Amino acid sequence: MPRLSADCRHMVSFTLNGAPVSGEAEPRMLLSDFLRYVVGATGTHVGCEHGLCGACTVEIDGQPGRACLTLAVQVRGAQIRTVEGLAPAPDRLSVLQECFREHHGLQCGFCTPGILVTLDALLRDNPAASEPEIREALAGHLCRCTGYVSIMRAALAAQQRLGKKTDA
Amino acid sequence: MKPARFDYVAAASAEEALEALAQEGGNARILAGGQSLLPMLNMRLARPTVLIDIMGVDEWRAVDRDGDVLRIGAAVRQVALEQDPDLARFQPLLAAALPWVGHPQTRSRGTVCGSIAHADPSAELPLVLVALGGTVHLRSRRRKRVLSAQNFFTGMMSTAREDDELIEAIALPKARTRTGYAFREVARRHGDFAIVACAAVVNGVRAQLAVGGVADRPALCELPAPGAAGLDEALDDFAWSLEARDDLHATARYRRELVRRLGRTTLEEAVRCRA
Ligand code: FES
Ligand code: FES
Repeated sequence: MPRLSADCRHMVSFTLNGAPVSGEAEPRMLLSDFLRYVVGATGTHVGCEHGLCGACTVEIDGQPGRACLTLAVQVRGAQIRTVEGLAPAPDRLSVLQECFREHHGLQCGFCTPGILVTLDALLRDNPAASEPEIREALAGHLCRCTGYVSIMRAALAAQQRLGKKTDA
Repeated sequence: MKPARFDYVAAASAEEALEALAQEGGNARILAGGQSLLPMLNMRLARPTVLIDIMGVDEWRAVDRDGDVLRIGAAVRQVALEQDPDLARFQPLLAAALPWVGHPQTRSRGTVCGSIAHADPSAELPLVLVALGGTVHLRSRRRKRVLSAQNFFTGMMSTAREDDELIEAIALPKARTRTGYAFREVARRHGDFAIVACAAVVNGVRAQLAVGGVADRPALCELPAPGAAGLDEALDDFAWSLEARDDLHATARYRRELVRRLGRTTLEEAVRCRA
């Protein structure tokens, strides 16, 4: 049975935003730290490091999850998507990101990467999500700046714009 | 806020996991979804020397609904049940309580059995297990045994599980006819642990109320059904029997009041939902 020793680093490979990445991690390394310090993808933020704030939320095999409550060795072979994977091109924002900009869905931006990942997945998997459903998804995120009103506004605007796109 | 060092074993079969657990005993922790364990590791409230990851064990990934119980394997994530359109028909109490467990972002990874193993006194899933009179299926290399929910939980985050045992599955009775189920919870914010959570099962004149968040483990009480005489007194006795304490989140008095009021509302809702 494969046993990864605490004293060494081990190869971890997975798919990050569609491209293969790999690096070395001790068993105790959190996915959030692996992304930020080994891969160098610092879009994912770290607030509380025990699952409460939601800043570290990334998509793991299609579902939003906490990178700080996941070990890097647990996601070997997985599909990971982070805030860096949302924009269609380096010089273009996604519809959701665009709406966040227009509706002031962020101030300091610390909570934003996690919130964008959650909302991106929600609007993709449940395009007709009701307002309470959007609120429920957002309840897994703390924002100390906006008071959430502008985040809701941005989310609803994005939902509408994305809906029009698929109708057309 | 980083875990202390540990070895990591990815078990590919039940035998492998049990073998590793037999060797390591109390130094090991089982890793499933990690949504209760990782916070403990990050805060160094737990310092196991080895983690045994069981998510690769196929036989523990199944939800078995043959017969009159719903058997949920150790590697079944909360989201898998939540997304099952038939769950409310098979077990309405579980369906009602699941959305209260953590957040969508933790239910996507957290397992049902993991929450049971963690045995937080204000967690929803242990409460559901107690309310329904479910069973915990423990397994070690030596033996298998089945404990009732009430014998399994022994105190604040402590259970009757021995060091070389793991929870292989839990089983919940399926919805019975002419029985109503309801779940209610009061928390500061949705997704927080409950200040008081109530789960009611009402069948004819038989009413049962389980309460979480007050005592050191979920508590169960048989009460007169709503409409029958003596419910208020019985609820009051039950509230006092839980020996509530003041803490950061609420006073003991507030908790007792919630048991009386939320308890009644939950029982009444169960009566209305009776199939
Ligand atoms: S950093 Fe992961 S939830 Fe706060
Ligand atoms: S924008 Fe500052 S925390 Fe949300």
